[in-house]
Amino acid sequence: MRRTGPLVVAFIMGFAMIFQYFIPHPLSQKFYEIMVQQWLIIISIFLYLFGLRSFTLYHYHKVRRKKEGWYFSLIALLAALITVIIGFGTRRGPLFDKIYDYILAPLQATMFSLLAFFIASAAYRAFRARNLEATLLLVTATIVMLGRVPFGAFMWHKLPDVVEWILKYPNMAAQRGILIGVGLGMIATSMKIILGIERSYLGGE
Amino acid sequence: MSTNPWVWVAAFLTLAIYSFLYKDNPVYRFAEHIFMGVSVGYGLVLFWYNSVIPRLWEPLVKGTEPTRFFLLIPILIGALTFSLFVPRYSWLVKYTLAFVVGASAGLSIPLSFETNIFEQVRSTILTRQMLSGWGMVSNLIMFIGVIVTLAYFYFSMEHKGVIGKTARIGRIYIMIAFGASFGYTVMARVSLLIGRMQFLLHDWLGIIK
Repeated sequence: MRRTGPLVVAFIMGFAMIFQYFIPHPLSQKFYEIMVQQWLIIISIFLYLFGLRSFTLYHYHKVRRKKEGWYFSLIALLAALITVIIGFGTRRGPLFDKIYDYILAPLQATMFSLLAFFIASAAYRAFRARNLEATLLLVTATIVMLGRVPFGAFMWHKLPDVVEWILKYPNMAAQRGILIGVGLGMIATSMKIILGIERSYLGGE
Repeated sequence: MSTNPWVWVAAFLTLAIYSFLYKDNPVYRFAEHIFMGVSVGYGLVLFWYNSVIPRLWEPLVKGTEPTRFFLLIPILIGALTFSLFVPRYSWLVKYTLAFVVGASAGLSIPLSFETNIFEQVRSTILTRQMLSGWGMVSNLIMFIGVIVTLAYFYFSMEHKGVIGKTARIGRIYIMIAFGASFGYTVMARVSLLIGRMQFLLHDWLGIIK
């Protein structure tokens, strides 16, 4: 019951979801709608609540035990609480939108743009033309970067077309090879889960 | 200079994040934790209005009898997560996980076949049309590229002889793809950086028009 039960559930659900895809009957489509658009979302509500609980408890304990940097945890909790109060209080009104426009979006964009600096310094260290492969990586990255800015077109008007060709053909060829590999890997892992060979999601068995 | 207090808030947070370029400091960590908290709060509100209300609350309140009855099943499965609070019955949460993981695995198999394999193979296969005109060389480069990349990831045979040579060409393709991805990512980040600079110099300080 404790070990076999969940494996049976995973097996039934897995095969049910595979079969419904290949049965073009209204009942099968209804089953898909109910499962994916209702049941799984409803269950995810409970899982989301657990994630929220982990966030709250982690920072609450840090504040309560006055651990190092506890005041930052307090700020995180207060920021979450205030956002929730404004969101529910105004029913996602204009003030809630302002939180997105002037706090969340700028913070997100700035955080990601910060990577531009680190990626540049990392590239400086990693991109040394030591062998053919490293040289190809360096040259392609440089061409793509130059071709994406007006200065590249100013240097050679055909450069944007060259970049487009690199992205469309040799780049896409390797990406496709990788995608096919990823797809095969996903199918194999999913089959292992459905057949009960892969059980780590149930707690390291 | 802007007189909108919200613009000042955004400018302060932007500069606070950029202060990390000097070193890790309390101002950066303040902005970082604001980001974390606001993201969680914002996510919760959106989740409530986009998932809980339309998928659970409204069908429960306004739905017909059979609909309500059927909703009890996922509610029951989801509620099993609360068994984690009672150590003796905490194993019940495995049923919830098995349901979600099993269904997701089942869903991903036909989806992977369709998008990752069939669609990619279909787009790679050379047709007579593709082998005529100027695009022939490019299409051949693409076709060979997919084959040699797959050969590089084929580990059931030792990479020696023909397989080894093919895999080596595959590695060249992969390096070109990684270089292109890297260049593309850098440019995306630089675009974001330009956006933030424009915000600071135009929207906030009004230095540039």
